[in-house]
Amino acid sequence: METTGNRIEARKRTDLKSKTGGSLIGDLNRDKYLYLLALPGLLYFLVFKYVPVGGLVIAFQEYSPYFGILHSKWVGFEHYARFFSNNDFWLLLRNTMAINMLNLLFFFPLPIILALLLNELRSTVYKRAIQTIIYIPHFFSWVLIAGLTYLMLSESEGVVNKLIAAAGGQPVGFLTHADYFWGLLTAQSMWKEAGWGTIIFLAAIAGVDPQLYEAAVMDGAGRYRKMWHITLPAIRNVIVILLILRIGSVMDVGFEQVYLMMNGAVSQVADVFDTYVYRNGVQQGQFSYSTAIGLFKSIVGIVLVVAANKLAKRFGEEGVY
Amino acid sequence: MRRRIGDRIFDLCNVAVLGLIGITALFPIYYTFILSFTDPVEYYRRPLILFPSRWSLDAYKYLMSTGTFLDALGNSVFLATVGTALSLVVSSGLAYAISRKRLRFRRFIMFAILFTILFQPGLIPSYLVVRQLGLIDSIWSLIIPSLTSGWYVLLMKGFFDSIPDSLEDAARMDGANEMGIWFRIVLPLSLPALVAFGLFFGVGYWNTFFNAVMYINDHHKWPLQVILQNMLVDPTSTANGSAADFRADRKLPSETLKMAAIVIATLPIMMVYPFLQKHFAKGAMVGSVKE
Repeated sequence: METTGNRIEARKRTDLKSKTGGSLIGDLNRDKYLYLLALPGLLYFLVFKYVPVGGLVIAFQEYSPYFGILHSKWVGFEHYARFFSNNDFWLLLRNTMAINMLNLLFFFPLPIILALLLNELRSTVYKRAIQTIIYIPHFFSWVLIAGLTYLMLSESEGVVNKLIAAAGGQPVGFLTHADYFWGLLTAQSMWKEAGWGTIIFLAAIAGVDPQLYEAAVMDGAGRYRKMWHITLPAIRNVIVILLILRIGSVMDVGFEQVYLMMNGAVSQVADVFDTYVYRNGVQQGQFSYSTAIGLFKSIVGIVLVVAANKLAKRFGEEGVY
Repeated sequence: MRRRIGDRIFDLCNVAVLGLIGITALFPIYYTFILSFTDPVEYYRRPLILFPSRWSLDAYKYLMSTGTFLDALGNSVFLATVGTALSLVVSSGLAYAISRKRLRFRRFIMFAILFTILFQPGLIPSYLVVRQLGLIDSIWSLIIPSLTSGWYVLLMKGFFDSIPDSLEDAARMDGANEMGIWFRIVLPLSLPALVAFGLFFGVGYWNTFFNAVMYINDHHKWPLQVILQNMLVDPTSTANGSAADFRADRKLPSETLKMAAIVIATLPIMMVYPFLQKHFAKGAMVGSVKE
């Protein structure tokens, strides 16, 4: 009897074609396990992603944990007035922009070039081997990257300086000279992520119809023409999408990376928005002031993504959304 | 014929350039590995050692005899196992639910998740939430606030989309209840994807660093990466005594110790690397492009 009951109920469900349709209570009851599965995740997003969004109001308060959000004094845009009239702001902006520009100029094109070169390799075995090697650093933490950097480049123990000393030269303070700092960050990013960055381009290249290449050869196209007229257009959309995302995060600098590489000698060129927010907020307890700066950064970020996306669409590209 | 010679030259240069890039990527890793096994005496004698003539396990023996390092190792293993399991449960549950069209408010939930990718409120509001919840100085502060992310949920949802509703309906017809469907049909079908996501979660937890700096003051609860930072990057910054532990033994050059620590920290990653590699395509999409 019971199985028949189940079957009838099951048929009822099938009849609903698994879509929303009945009353809310009826739907909740029918799919209670489905909602149960979603519940922890929904709670997570509510507590750790949306409560902080609500917490942004403290950017316009003089928040103190003792009074809480409800009883803290409202100060309007006072924190912004303080921040923008401060010399710190220009310093942070300069450092952030400099690091990001270097990144865009030297790091961004590298995975594209690497992917094109890998694609031209004739030996599959060699290609696989190189790929396997250059993907590894992606999985290393920034702490490890920083540690390796010290072991390679530090003035007293770094391999490079030991070799320079062995050759009779003067050791170079790669890690303690402000002049080298931005370049050092760019080089680290290249070492860690350039190889991994090729994957998405290689995937796009793999999707190209081989007949296109055959047709091009018939028309007398050489290697460079094939690259220029077939491979590059095939990955153009991916490049545009990554560029949009890059522009959207132009206020971001790899926080852990900068935090780890920062030292007294380079702080003037190393301080960026995130390190400033961390120092003023978490370490010194100026929660409202540092939240205000974080909010400024987030808003600039989202405005830039939307603008870059619009621009890309105007030029006939697909865009991110 | 001329073009063929040009082609040959291109091929040769290409092989050489990529080979050089491969060496650049590999050299620091190789060098670290080799030096961690080098005899201290030999280390002091030669500026560059590509292959030691005398091997030694002293650095490892020493590291493994310090309580601080072992504590940290244990904490990181805890994060990578318990954290990964919880992340998988939470992410896959939500992702599966929003992949079913019968879920109410489905579009709204998906938009709400997407929004968290586009707009992040910044460091301090999140920090305050963790503080309000009383998680400061608890190892759970390194798991619960980073259980999942919008990217992971949306990517997983994309995977679950390929499991048709009709399959579930068929199981229902055969008398399976909802939990049975989840455990006996959905999970086994998605096992390969769950393994892939699990690996990426695991690497994420293993590499946890900054949250620990922010949320954890008690150095017995620090994960490996924080201890590594103390040893490798800035032995003077945190005067909690933990870094000093490692400098007590004067016989060992601190470099070989550092390198041994690096090798231990990379070991789990190297061990799962072959498996990770199989799932690269999915992983590469994380944090880059949504479909």
